[in-house]
Amino acid sequence: MSFYSTITFLLDPLSVFFLLVILLVSIPSAVYSIGYLRNHYSPNKIRLAWVLLAAFVLSMAGVVTANNAFIFLIAWEMMSLISYFLVVFDHTQEKSVTAGIIYLVMTHIGTAFIIVAFLILYNFGHSFDFAAFKSAGQTMPANLKHIVFLLLLVGFGTKAGIVPFHIWLPYAHPQAPSHVSSIMSGVMIKTAIYGMLRFIIFLLGVESAWWGNLVLVLALLSCLVGVIYALMEHDLKKLLAYHSVENIGIILLGVGAAMVFLKLNLPVLAVIALCAGLYHLMNHALFKGLLFLCAGSVYNATGTRNIEKLGGLIKLMPYTAAAFLVGSLAISAIPPFNGFVSEWLTLQAFFLGAMNSISGEYKVFFSVCASLLALTGGLAAACFVKAFGITFLAMPRSKNAAEAKESSFSMKAAFIFMMAAIVLSGLAAAPILKALTGIAGSVLSIETAGISLSLNNFALAVPQNSGAFLSTPLVALAFITVAGICVLAVYLWAGRRKAVKSNTWDCGYYQLDARTEYTATAFSKPFRIAFNFFLLPYTKTEKIRESFYHVKSFKYEVFTTPVFRQYAYDPIVAFILLSAKRVRRIQMGSIHFYLAYIWITIILLLLLFH
Amino acid sequence: MKILFFVAQVLALVALAPLVSGIIRKIKNNLRMRQGPGILQPYYNLIKLFGKDEVISVNTSWIFTVTPYVVLVSSVLALMLVPVFVSDVSLNYMGDFLLIIFILALGRFFLALAGLDAGSSFGGMGSSREMFISSFVEPVVVMVIFVVALNAHSTGLQVISAVPVLSLPLIIAATAMMFVIIAETSRIPVDNQETHLELTMVHEAMVLEYSGRSLALIELAAHVKQIVFFSLIASVILPFGIARDIAPMPLLASFIYYGLKIMALTVIISVIEISMAKMRLFRVIDFLNIAFVLSVLGIVILAMGK
Repeated sequence: MSFYSTITFLLDPLSVFFLLVILLVSIPSAVYSIGYLRNHYSPNKIRLAWVLLAAFVLSMAGVVTANNAFIFLIAWEMMSLISYFLVVFDHTQEKSVTAGIIYLVMTHIGTAFIIVAFLILYNFGHSFDFAAFKSAGQTMPANLKHIVFLLLLVGFGTKAGIVPFHIWLPYAHPQAPSHVSSIMSGVMIKTAIYGMLRFIIFLLGVESAWWGNLVLVLALLSCLVGVIYALMEHDLKKLLAYHSVENIGIILLGVGAAMVFLKLNLPVLAVIALCAGLYHLMNHALFKGLLFLCAGSVYNATGTRNIEKLGGLIKLMPYTAAAFLVGSLAISAIPPFNGFVSEWLTLQAFFLGAMNSISGEYKVFFSVCASLLALTGGLAAACFVKAFGITFLAMPRSKNAAEAKESSFSMKAAFIFMMAAIVLSGLAAAPILKALTGIAGSVLSIETAGISLSLNNFALAVPQNSGAFLSTPLVALAFITVAGICVLAVYLWAGRRKAVKSNTWDCGYYQLDARTEYTATAFSKPFRIAFNFFLLPYTKTEKIRESFYHVKSFKYEVFTTPVFRQYAYDPIVAFILLSAKRVRRIQMGSIHFYLAYIWITIILLLLLFH
Repeated sequence: MKILFFVAQVLALVALAPLVSGIIRKIKNNLRMRQGPGILQPYYNLIKLFGKDEVISVNTSWIFTVTPYVVLVSSVLALMLVPVFVSDVSLNYMGDFLLIIFILALGRFFLALAGLDAGSSFGGMGSSREMFISSFVEPVVVMVIFVVALNAHSTGLQVISAVPVLSLPLIIAATAMMFVIIAETSRIPVDNQETHLELTMVHEAMVLEYSGRSLALIELAAHVKQIVFFSLIASVILPFGIARDIAPMPLLASFIYYGLKIMALTVIISVIEISMAKMRLFRVIDFLNIAFVLSVLGIVILAMGK
């Protein structure tokens, strides 16, 4: 049995696209780490960080270029292990160790599912080469294909962090050093999307429409659960990690819709939907990478990630604030930034699906998908108003925040690069989509020569939706022109701006200070109440009394119940621990018993197999 | 010719936008058996505010300074997308119906940030509530867009406004859009423009720290946003009477139809405002859910019709 004939690499359009995304995030993150690591670690540890970073990026490159499932698995496992080491890089912190264990367990459960799927495919293809898998996909019975699909979905879904397998993501991503968080959230979870595209769509082939429907439902669940948890979160990096869950959902909306369209025999729509997914994948890599770098820079300057202790940083860290603002606008789908274009395109895919599908159920289903995507977008915008507003605006809420300093040059350089990439990838939507159409076509095995998403180099035009255009350069140009006219008109009419600086209105009582500012908890309260059926919030109050009559201090804390953890994962873990305890009973530690066990086993085997 | 007409249309609508608010206020007052200020009062307010100096908080940053302009520009850009009088005069290449939601989100995002910028609790409260309401408005708007666009087979505004068929799904969509207008233009029962009571205000709380010309710009932006939504109903969702090209007679008819439709909308809004009490914030979700269910109904009817 030979696992692979020769080690070859695959550089088809899909692999090249993913390599590009990996480099686009990894290079600025590496530059950023020059300044970031210096403040936190000893020289030896910095050297270790560089080695791990290089190995990490290399293993991801291996994952997306492997031409053989066996090599793929080796690279996949390398990627998981190296990222584990990076998660526990601050091994002195208890949190890191816990996060590392959760991550290690979950990622290996996922890998186990993938291995089983690969073994089934191997059984039919008689080789681990992708070419053999492709022919296995064609000769396999349909029932088995369904099973392989589910195995791959769970396996890759765990790595991608889709709900309900997201449990590790908000622990592991924030715990790694920030430049690694940026790569993990920006790129590593995308390798799972690569896996889904490569193995489910390209090699296995979509067998029936419920595959796509299932992906769509899981994607919607990820979107909403991710963003609702993010709204409740006040740890800046954890908040961003939850948004990764949400954005993976948005990417999978495109992928799932493409799978459904393939089975509904709407190839053009499938290409559009997958383009939207791939475009959002690239965009999310850029803006989430940038946001994590900014969060790292805030942590670097203030020593805390709790946004309730921050505030006023826009005056002390103007570059970080500007970068975070650009990232926030992009992730909240504000035009003309890149996140907006890909969300718009996803909505277009759903619209075309609703228009072209024959069955009424699909019309309603796609419309509801689109409106839930809009809900996600609205909630994400609310969350980033909170994240940016509480962290960077108004007065500092702690001494650390009041004494923050702007980051070093290498970190600023990374910000500027990423900001430029975000702005450019939004403005150059038409040329980018031209390239993505070909990639999507190659994944779906659809000839794309006749499909064009772009009217010219500046405007998008969606096929089959005549009269609907989108031109981000025109949006930007119109914005600048109208803004210029407004400023000029106001200046001509009313003259120069005369402004008196004064205190914020305090109702005439006393000098306002940071304690009277609106907090992140208060900001998210309406959402906590609106989603209380899911969040199950509870409060804890604690009075510290000096005497019966005088309360010295009063503590009030709001918690939300982690539903998935409490009702799904904890029972499973408890069951495993209990079973382990039961099994321990036959392990007395006495060698005589063990010899007896071996003897009984041999006898039984002899009896069974003669 | 088209370009000239387009520029004139945008400028005229921006100039007329405060008038619509003035008319609504006048109707409301008359219905309440009061005299109320004249319909030109919003203009007097704007002129007064433009002439005044500003008082700005020491805590604020550049976000606070640029926000009034960003908000106004985002409203004007939305207005530029709508074919108001002639179905092929708008900035169609910039974007489609879906872009309008996103472009208004730009203004809202900055306004909510500015609410937090001064460090006052009122501002934060306003921002939080505004983002809360708007995030539940967005799915409704997308549903309405889907009803209208599925009916016209395109999300392009010019194509949609050139389909002057009056059908049940479109009327349902227009009704759902009325709910959206009430929520988006801070009207009773969602918000109340006339009060500065800290427990109830949403939009007014957010802009509490603004004064002088910045406040004037924000108020103008609110008027423009209102006319954008009104025009969406009058010229896109229910576009009967809209001119097909720039010719005197159809244009005249289009002006008259548009004027009548806007008047009808002002009366409806006024009647709703005086006949309801403001809701608690968390009942707003139920209010918007009605609109959501309505628009799903529109889709279902469309799906059955095929």
